[in-house]
Amino acid sequence: MIAALFEGVLRHGLALLVVLFAALLAAPYIVNSYLLAILIIILYYAYVGQAWNIMMGFAGQLSLGHALYVGLGAYTAAALFVKFGLSPWIGMLAAIPVAMTAGAIIGFLAFRFRVGGVYFAILTIAFAEFARVGFDHFTWVGGSSGFFLPVANYTTSDLWTLRGRPVMFYYLILTMVVIAFVLCRILLRSRIGTFWLAIREDEEAARAIGIDTFRYKMYAVVLSAGMTSLAGVFFAFYYNNLFPEQVFNIARSIELILAPIIGGIGTLFGPILGAFLLTGLSETMHAILQGLGVDVPGAKQVFYGLCLLFVVMALPDGVWPWVARKLGLGGRKP
Amino acid sequence: MTALLSVTGATKRFRGLLAVDSVLLDVQPGEIFAVIGPNGAGKTTLFNMIAGIYRPDAGEISFAGSRIDGLSPDQVCRRGIGRTFQIVRPFPALTVEENVMAGAFLHRKERSAALQRAHEVLWQLDLFEKRDQLASSLTLPDRKRLEVARALATDPKLLLLDEVMAGLRPTETDRMVEIFRKLNRETGLTILLIEHVMRAVMALAQRVLVLHHGAVIAQGVPADVVRDPAVIHSYLGAEAAV
Repeated sequence: MIAALFEGVLRHGLALLVVLFAALLAAPYIVNSYLLAILIIILYYAYVGQAWNIMMGFAGQLSLGHALYVGLGAYTAAALFVKFGLSPWIGMLAAIPVAMTAGAIIGFLAFRFRVGGVYFAILTIAFAEFARVGFDHFTWVGGSSGFFLPVANYTTSDLWTLRGRPVMFYYLILTMVVIAFVLCRILLRSRIGTFWLAIREDEEAARAIGIDTFRYKMYAVVLSAGMTSLAGVFFAFYYNNLFPEQVFNIARSIELILAPIIGGIGTLFGPILGAFLLTGLSETMHAILQGLGVDVPGAKQVFYGLCLLFVVMALPDGVWPWVARKLGLGGRKP
Repeated sequence: MTALLSVTGATKRFRGLLAVDSVLLDVQPGEIFAVIGPNGAGKTTLFNMIAGIYRPDAGEISFAGSRIDGLSPDQVCRRGIGRTFQIVRPFPALTVEENVMAGAFLHRKERSAALQRAHEVLWQLDLFEKRDQLASSLTLPDRKRLEVARALATDPKLLLLDEVMAGLRPTETDRMVEIFRKLNRETGLTILLIEHVMRAVMALAQRVLVLHHGAVIAQGVPADVVRDPAVIHSYLGAEAAV
């Protein structure tokens, strides 16, 4: 089982992976609290990017409404914690089926009635918008004035209630990224992953070799939604406040797909590399601008735009396939 | 012997245009059967009805003893009918091996089993050496063989070939013919081909059916069919009357 996981991985690729993982494990002991906060954001985007990539990169279904699943996960776990005192771990067990149900409804409507491509993407936006408006009026969880988790200046970390210091959140999100990465690698090499790629490449040809495309597209949406909802739980307990206008905003949906696009859609390392590049570079730029005493509103958005422009023009497959070729890792897929 | 595939009175209309008019045909297990006819004769429509793309307006299609008309293309494939497309549609960004594995996974859960089946088929189709190339980088003859390989990997009892020789040079056609003959001889694979290239039809088919304006105008062994005056008149033209 473990051996099968590493099958086909080149030796120096494995070495790089070990070094990277060790660096990430040691990071909290090396970096200051500011850098740790940035690393948490990077890993957060790497995780949601990986979850989104299952739908788009593997099965070829473009979702522009993944904020929906983040928000549903966040609100479900936060409400269970605040209203009933239930642990976020139980909250996760509730968030997953809630998000999966939402994904299943969207998937069923779209795939049953053959809504594809751009129209499917619009449908996913529509559902995220429904949720945004709905939660604005959902006064039980605060409505438009927001929903808050109790905050204190913690000196210790309680893993059971996820109340504690950033270090705990760092290791939590790192664990999530590692699990998502391993899961995606297993999926990609399995029957279901191969069928997803076939559907992505040519749906009619996939049907002609016996693939029940409706069923496998549903699996992709439901799995992606469930995984994304865990990011929502993390988001709620890390930031401690939820506003429908922010959580379900289409800008969130767009933000969380940038990392896999920059890094390389359909690749395993793309979402991780993309998250490091985007957040890392934009924070660096932010720091430089601040150092120069310049305050430019919207600089981050402009920067994201320029990054996308560069990648689309120079490396249309994303940065990872290019990096992989340079590292001699075979290239197309890790 | 009962037929593997029987089409009984299959009819398809497109807004008043009668594309296929009550076609009757039986394909016996182990045989190579060709459907020929001029452009617009209804060959592809007939093919699409068998493959589950269209539901016949009238008539029945049975395969291995059960009705398959009205089933979806993926269900038809899972019953044991593999197909190729007239305009090839390999999965472009996947390697040759991955393309064939997608087919092999249909009846296999384990990666190792699917990989083994894929390699078997790649040997049969002369593609083993190219297994790590991207499908998009292949030449047309290779892509055509890849399409056949992918369909074969699903372990079909019947293989439907939609103008698989179109666009090939005569030497490539002969190579393809040889591959199908060998598959038919060694694995007992039944083949139904729709074909324009008479060179291939004459070399491969044990029986031929000729469609014209959606209706069957002749049926029989190739040598007889090409001498049939109706066939010469409607399809082959004077040049073929050699």
